[in-house]
Amino acid sequence: MRSKNLLFVFVLITTLALPLGAVAQDDGERPLIGAWDTCADPANLSGEVKIGVAFAQSEAAAIYGVPQQQAVELAIAEINESGYLGEATLVAVTEDAGSTPETAISAFTNLVAEDVSAIIGPTLSNQAMAADPVAFGTERQESGDPLIPVVGVSNTRTGMETDFAASYGDGGAYFRRISLPESKVIPGTVEQVVDILGIETVGIMYSDNDQFTASAYEVFVSALEENGVEIVATETFATGDVDFTAQLTNIIAANPDAIVVSALAAEIVPLLEQARSQLGYTGPIIGGNGFNTPGIASEDRGAGTDANGVVVGGAWNVARQNEISTAFTAKYEEEYGTPADQFAVQAYTGTWVVATAIRCADSADPAAVLEALATTADFETPLGTFSFDEDGLPEHEPVAQIIKDGQYLLLTEESAAEVFGE
Amino acid sequence: MQASNPVLKLKSAAITALVMLGLALLAYELPDILDKKVLSPEQHLTTVIWVGSVYSLFALGYALVFSILGVLNLSHSAVFMWGGYIGVMSVIRYDVPIYYTLPLAMLGGGIIGVLVDLIAFAPLRRRNAPRISQLISSLGASAVLVNLAQLEFGTSPERFPRTTLKELPYEATVARPYTIGWLGAEFRITPLQVSIVVIAFALMFLLQYLVARTKTGKAMRVVAFNQKVAGLLSISVGGIFRLTFFLAGALAGAAGVLYALAYPSLTPFTGDEMALKGLTVIVLGGLGSIRGAVLGGLLVAAFEVYATAIGYSWLKDALPFVALFLILLFRPQGLLGEATVKRA
Repeated sequence: MRSKNLLFVFVLITTLALPLGAVAQDDGERPLIGAWDTCADPANLSGEVKIGVAFAQSEAAAIYGVPQQQAVELAIAEINESGYLGEATLVAVTEDAGSTPETAISAFTNLVAEDVSAIIGPTLSNQAMAADPVAFGTERQESGDPLIPVVGVSNTRTGMETDFAASYGDGGAYFRRISLPESKVIPGTVEQVVDILGIETVGIMYSDNDQFTASAYEVFVSALEENGVEIVATETFATGDVDFTAQLTNIIAANPDAIVVSALAAEIVPLLEQARSQLGYTGPIIGGNGFNTPGIASEDRGAGTDANGVVVGGAWNVARQNEISTAFTAKYEEEYGTPADQFAVQAYTGTWVVATAIRCADSADPAAVLEALATTADFETPLGTFSFDEDGLPEHEPVAQIIKDGQYLLLTEESAAEVFGE
Repeated sequence: MQASNPVLKLKSAAITALVMLGLALLAYELPDILDKKVLSPEQHLTTVIWVGSVYSLFALGYALVFSILGVLNLSHSAVFMWGGYIGVMSVIRYDVPIYYTLPLAMLGGGIIGVLVDLIAFAPLRRRNAPRISQLISSLGASAVLVNLAQLEFGTSPERFPRTTLKELPYEATVARPYTIGWLGAEFRITPLQVSIVVIAFALMFLLQYLVARTKTGKAMRVVAFNQKVAGLLSISVGGIFRLTFFLAGALAGAAGVLYALAYPSLTPFTGDEMALKGLTVIVLGGLGSIRGAVLGGLLVAAFEVYATAIGYSWLKDALPFVALFLILLFRPQGLLGEATVKRA
């Protein structure tokens, strides 16, 4: 009698649960992102498709690398749960790329030995310049092993595409990036800042021993000149410095309308505190991509209110989100307990772009993946509509932002007035 | 070890005065020669004094160990970094009141210093290993300490929480403008920066007093002069070594906390940045000289800041070394160091 009851309960539960499961499979778990209709479900993929993931998990750049890694893991989970690659499972082979070119090279060397279809990373531009050729450079070309596409999600140095093409010929085309180079972000930002804040003179500070900050400096200079802004002082420092009072003293004494800073995150907090709390500077501080992490304006661990009035161009802003972005940020915060930043959003987008290339190529072969990757166009992502232009450069609309009390607000006359009280 | 001979004392005072005078002249004339304008020189001078005081305090630990053992302790920079972390983390993790972080970091730094001696130096000393082995051994200790910090604290920059610093009295982190009327000089400084300078100099004077005027200091000087003689005078040589490492570690710990108070960007690699500066400071000032380390610290800071002040910020890290080279050409023993005389 008892066993009959148990059997009945079991049958009841299974019959009820089956359709529920089927519904979840069909609608509930299909993410908003993905070329679900443009490319048919892959028929030839099966087993494991491996992609390499190499971000800074240690040393200074880990401040960016950790959210990147988390976002990639979240994207891969979504891709596999939704069956985006058909029968195949996307598997991340992860290496810590550290924060130096040397550590990135050793991470890449390990990854290419794993026969991955593509590599996502590394975190810093100067790491990418050194490590990416491991996947497609001269040595690889001469060895006859297949070249592997590398997708940068936070490399923003200008001219990487042309540099790689000059050094490695066709191999250079294996480099793609999701992150807008400073050459695409800065001019737009400077134009808006000049327009909204009415700036005529600036002083510039930059770290001259880092490729990324030095190239951003050059883009700033040409963008400022184009907008008729006069540079009244230029100062340099080194990555890893913590005292900027001497440089700031010079710049502030030259009395510019704004200070332009090209620096990495670790230098930014002391620099902002010294400019504001110690030297009493209250004007706008226009920053490069290094300022694009909420940690900088954190009230406890960052520069807090000393970051108010920082203007920074970005690829993404929490105040200008589409529904894909909103869904991702909500999921990210739920999973990791911290809000997603631009670096996480770009890494998430990059993973989906790579997975889409694999899906559309219907192949895990690196050359086929690259071919599909290069034709990525009008792909809806959390960053907006994403394409590669005819030069292979990423394209989507950038956004100018201003920091107020830890928040990255869209830069408008109203938000600027709120910050500077004008 | 510090000269107690009045003639030497006079000489070192004269050198210090000459160096200062020379620098002042240079600072005054150079911008004209190079046709550069120095903007707010008084603000730059303020930076020199407070940054230099932290450099000096840090470099003293090198000088102290060198003067007693005749060997450089290259793990000093790692103890300094640990001092900073002990201070910052005791506030972040255990809500320790900020005033206790200095003694806590000094104690912690001292203990780490003694451990370094016990593990990296003492076994080599017992086997009469050459000094270069001890130097390399201390380099190894430094790498281990940096890696341990990386494991325990991660690599993102840490800082004393802003909220904690804001609770300090007199709004200690906010700069006040000051004017010295008769000079027409204007500069800004925070109460926190003033406290850092005061604490650094107080600790340096305390050390100078300990070495020059107390019985322990005398014993330290005897050990520095000759360990065998010290043994004959029934001075515990091992004890003096441990005390030296404790004091050097405590100074590093104090410098670490002051550094972390001054700069909101502490990482396990902070010590590496300071190591080179500290070594320049003591070689410039005179290896093993306490006063030399103080003078050297201010000089290195002056060169760095002045390079920036006259518009050559890209030369800032190179200038101290150029100065070091020039000074060593004329005084190979450093500014306040004593020439070594080898006797048969």
